[in-house]
Amino acid sequence: MRHLLSTGDLSHDEATLILDTAAELAQVGDRSVKKLPTLRGRTVVNLFYEDSTRTRTSFELAAKRLSADVVNFSAKGSSVSKGESLKDTALTLQAMGADGVVIRHSASGAAHRLANWVDGSVLNAGDGTHEHPTQALLDAFTMRSRLGRLEGLRVAVVGDILHSRVARSNVLLLTTLGAHVTLVAPPTLLPVSVHTWPCEVSYDLDAVLPKSDVVMMLRVQAERMHESFFPSTREYSRNYGLDGERLSRMPEDAIVMHPGPMVRGMEISAEVADSPRCTVTEQVANGVSLRMAVLYLLLSGS
Amino acid sequence: MPEGTRAVLEGNEINRALTRIAHEVLERTKGGQDVTLLGIPSRGVPLARRLARLIERVEDRTVPAGSLDITMYRDDLRSAPVRALGRTEIPVGGLDDRVVVLVDDVLFSGRTVRAALDALGDLGRPRAVQLAVLVDRGHRELPIRADYVGKNLPTSLRESVTVRLDETDGYDAVLLGPARPSPSTTLNRRPAAEEPPSSSPSTTLNRRPAAEEPPSSSPSTTGGND
Repeated sequence: MRHLLSTGDLSHDEATLILDTAAELAQVGDRSVKKLPTLRGRTVVNLFYEDSTRTRTSFELAAKRLSADVVNFSAKGSSVSKGESLKDTALTLQAMGADGVVIRHSASGAAHRLANWVDGSVLNAGDGTHEHPTQALLDAFTMRSRLGRLEGLRVAVVGDILHSRVARSNVLLLTTLGAHVTLVAPPTLLPVSVHTWPCEVSYDLDAVLPKSDVVMMLRVQAERMHESFFPSTREYSRNYGLDGERLSRMPEDAIVMHPGPMVRGMEISAEVADSPRCTVTEQVANGVSLRMAVLYLLLSGS
Repeated sequence: MPEGTRAVLEGNEINRALTRIAHEVLERTKGGQDVTLLGIPSRGVPLARRLARLIERVEDRTVPAGSLDITMYRDDLRSAPVRALGRTEIPVGGLDDRVVVLVDDVLFSGRTVRAALDALGDLGRPRAVQLAVLVDRGHRELPIRADYVGKNLPTSLRESVTVRLDETDGYDAVLLGPARPSPSTTLNRRPAAEEPPSSSPSTTLNRRPAAEEPPSSSPSTTGGND
C-alpha cells in the first residue's frame, strides 16, 4: 500500500490490518503522554481545497500523535487563490519534501491525479462526489467496536447518495468486509450507475429499517445541488428523515451513524441525534485512531 | 527440525529456568512487592504470564502481568517493510512507582529493550525497571544487560536462536540452529530472535539483513525480538 485513494483498492486483509492497527492505537488516546515517536522527522501536508473542520483537524491530530511535522495548506489565503494549478502546488510541496499529502478537493479524481505527480504517499480525504476512504474505514471501525463484527452485518445508507463520497467508499469497503449494504434514497438522489454498485437499492426507508443492524444517515448536500431534487425539505424529512418513532422500529441493538455535519430536523431528529444509540461523537474519536493507523501503515517502513 | 539444529533447552527445562527466575525476582524485590511483569510480544507475553503464576505459587502473592508492544518505538522502522502492531496491555493500577520487570525470550543486540525503555517512559514512571530473559545469546550493541537470565548461551553471530513455547507453538524448546547458507547475509546485522508465528515451527530464525525481514503484510507478523 503506498497511497490510500479508494476503499475499492483495499483487500479484505489490508482493510482488516488497518482496523486492527487502529484498535491498538486507540489506547494512545487514554495515556498520559498521547504521543508516539514513530513518524519523527516525517512531514505530512494537509492540502485542503474545500472547507473541512472535522477531517482536517483529525488528520492533523493523528499525524501529530505520531510525531510527524504537519503543514496545513488551505486554498484560501494561498497561491491557489492567485491562480496556481493543482499540479504546480503539488510540485511545490514535493520540492519541500513532503512524505505524505492529505488532499481534499472538490473535483472527483483529484487525489488520483496528485498520486502521479508526487513521490510521497497520497491520502484521499475526500475528492468531489467520488470517495472518502478514511471516513468509510472509521465507520467500519465504529461498527466493529460497537457490534463486534462486520461479517453479515446489514447496513442501510440513507439520504443524498448522489452527492456523497462517503456512501461510495462505504459500499465498497463494507462489501469487501462481508457486510450487506442497502442504499435508501429518493430516485433523484441516486447516481445513474448505482445498479453497478455491489449493494441493494430501495426507495422505502420504513421497509428497510426493521431489518438493519446499522443505519447511516447522510446530509443533503445543498451546496452541491444546482437544481431541485425533491419538492420540499419538509417532504424529504418526512420520507427519509430518522426520528424517534422510526428508530423504535429498528432491532434493539441497532446503531445510528452519521458522518457529520448533521442537520437536525432534516435527515435526523434531535431526539435521535442525542440518543445513546447514535455514534456520531464516537465516530469522531475513532477517526483520530483510524487516521493514525493509516498514516503509520503508509509512511513508516521502507 | 532442520539439519544441524539442536535443542538447548527442552520441555520442562524451560519451566525449571523460569521457576529459578521467579525465586530470584522475589529475592531481589523483597518478596515481590510492587512488582509488575510486562512481556514483550510475541513470546515475552506468555513467559511473563508463566512467571506471574510461578511467583504466585511460591509466595502466594498475585503479581500483575501485562504486555508491552514496542513496534512504534523501534529504531529500524524505516529500513523494513511496515510491521503490524502487537498488543499493549498495562495492568490496572498503571506503572507509576511499580518495579517493572520486562520479560522477553531472547536478549541479543539489546535494541528491543532500548525501545521498551522508551515506551515505558511514555506510559508512566516506574520506581525501577528490571529485565528478565529466557536466553541471553550475547552480541550486545547497546549498554544493556539482563537482571535475570534463564540460560546464558554463547553463540556465533551466524547461528540462530529460536524459542518455542507451548502457548504459541504447541511445545517448549530453545533451539540453536546452524549458520545460514550465505555468510554475506549475516554480516549485515539485523537482530531478530523470533519469526512470525505463521511460519512452520521447524524453520529457525536467523540474524538477517533488514531487506530479508518477513513480509509484514500479514497481521500476525509482529517483528523480531532481540
